[in-house]
Amino acid sequence: MSEGTLTGERLELAVRIYDTMLRIRRFEERVGELFAAGELPGFVHLSIGQESVAAGIVSALRDDDFITATHRGHGHILAKGARIAPMMAELFGRTTGYCKGKGGSMHIVDIAIGVLGANGILGAGQPIAVGAAMSARLRGTDQVVATFFGEGASAQGAVHEAMNLAGCWQAPILFVAEINGYAELTPYEIHASVPSIAVRGAAYGIPATTVDGVDVLAVHDAATEAVAAIRAGGGPRMIEIRTQRWHGHYEGDPQRYRPDEELARLPELDPLAHLEPRLLAAGVERARLDALDADVRRELDEALEFARQSPLPDASALLEDVYAR
Amino acid sequence: MTELKYYQAVQQALAEELARDPRSLLMGEDVGRPGGIFAQSRGLYNEFGPNRVIDTPAGELGFVGAAVGMAMTGLRPIVEISFADFFATCFDQVVNQAAKLRFMSGGQAAIPITFTSFGGGGLNAGPQHSSTYEAILGGIPGLRVVTAATPADAKGLLKTAIREDDPVVVLFHKGLLQERGDVPDGEHLTPIGVAEVCRAGHDLTIATWAGGRRRSLAAAEQLAADGIEAEVIDLRSIQPLDAATVADSVRRTRRLLIVQETVGFSGIGGELALQVGELAFDYLDAPIGRLSAPFAPTAFSPPLEQAYLPAPERIVETARELLA
Repeated sequence: MSEGTLTGERLELAVRIYDTMLRIRRFEERVGELFAAGELPGFVHLSIGQESVAAGIVSALRDDDFITATHRGHGHILAKGARIAPMMAELFGRTTGYCKGKGGSMHIVDIAIGVLGANGILGAGQPIAVGAAMSARLRGTDQVVATFFGEGASAQGAVHEAMNLAGCWQAPILFVAEINGYAELTPYEIHASVPSIAVRGAAYGIPATTVDGVDVLAVHDAATEAVAAIRAGGGPRMIEIRTQRWHGHYEGDPQRYRPDEELARLPELDPLAHLEPRLLAAGVERARLDALDADVRRELDEALEFARQSPLPDASALLEDVYAR
Repeated sequence: MTELKYYQAVQQALAEELARDPRSLLMGEDVGRPGGIFAQSRGLYNEFGPNRVIDTPAGELGFVGAAVGMAMTGLRPIVEISFADFFATCFDQVVNQAAKLRFMSGGQAAIPITFTSFGGGGLNAGPQHSSTYEAILGGIPGLRVVTAATPADAKGLLKTAIREDDPVVVLFHKGLLQERGDVPDGEHLTPIGVAEVCRAGHDLTIATWAGGRRRSLAAAEQLAADGIEAEVIDLRSIQPLDAATVADSVRRTRRLLIVQETVGFSGIGGELALQVGELAFDYLDAPIGRLSAPFAPTAFSPPLEQAYLPAPERIVETARELLA
């Protein structure tokens, strides 16, 4: 746990991280409402409860660093600086979406801000991220790549191949194991051979630590230390973050497989609820936090209006963007 | 023009393109210090260094994915999947990532990856080292797929593929590695999507590709001895498929035989037959014929493998039936 009273720059950092988590929370809540109302096609995976992972890690990156996100990736992408309006429009399948409505929730890409893509395939982002990291070195930059993957993906061979490759190449990459207790509907102990994914780092020569995701500043601190080491040429690192998935694997998943007592404990493991009293204790006005909330709600209202008003794609778009020419 | 062996033409194309574009790099199993399992990248490691010619672990899924990440961030990887069978181990990264990313990202992502791979039977390499997957890969939107049947095309198609801004699979044929042929020096670019009429004739058209070209040309010589002149067309490009060149030929010869080293079901021949039917049905004097491999994996034992692949004698026999 990160300890002590927050002051000065540390306090301002904490407020910014809180704001990022709040943006993610409100975005996901709104998406959940829209999905329940039948406004969104397809299906969505929400990251409510896991905001500290995205906000804590990305706050330790530079703007020109890269990330790859997961199928539960809205938070990672928002934390990296994605605009809400084209994200919302993409979820609505509109031409103004990040991917012109061709990708949807699981495929949002914004290369300009370093988002190399969410991914619908578990474990597919990790080899891609290793390549982007190797690319940074080959191009002579000191960019770092953070790649998010869940415990489900940790069972994919691609993740193991990626870690081996990163170790062989000493690629500037941070593996972020986002452990929310479930691979889809199956609990951790059924699908993972070891009590901690972090122990697998040693198999590939990758130093790894485990952090409690309740404390976003602890996540940030671990990421800052790891990213500095990576950027200095120290090779790959891994951070495992224990977190909680509040909603089901997919929206509409009734989560009958989760014990009542586990669900009842979720509020006390809320990273926002954990940080907020620390901010207030450090002298941040309640009104300032309320204003942040009002700002994101207004931005969401505008984004929703934008998405609803945006045109649906014409069938002719199907043959566009398949090839360069 | 210089006479080269097929594998040397591959090496020449790689060397020229690595020298031309500093963003390009070659990666794969054994491509660097060892010089390639088929000697196709011999000398390149010493010439271009470890940052341009990269030996990878034997894990195609990992390094193909890495190539996707490199491509998304400004590099132009040439990735070798040494035996075409190994596409099966990295199918997700080829099909769900490389092929779909431009589309899925609404055009933001360019994936300029060239996949080089050696497929086909004839070396008694057994069921897991003799496949060639042009039919499967050719059916994946977002991929281009070409096959090289001569040293000149090995060079020309590879050089063109490397300059494309999309993923292109260049399938070489293991049975042709030691084939010799004249190869244009320097800038030699074979267009993708254009078939080649490699023997003129007026009695029937034989359409084929990859290892089928050599077999069909041999069959055409046997037919010529009996006064039958077959026109032989090497498709070269699988995706896109140049059915128009085949249809033009069929309008003159009025008969079409498709020869392939691969199984018939869900194959290129079936697709070609339909497209030629759409373009030139009224010109056909006989049903389109197809000589393909039995619906079985390639086998190890020499007589089994020989029976699997379309021997020139069987091409001749099938052609005669078509002309009867």
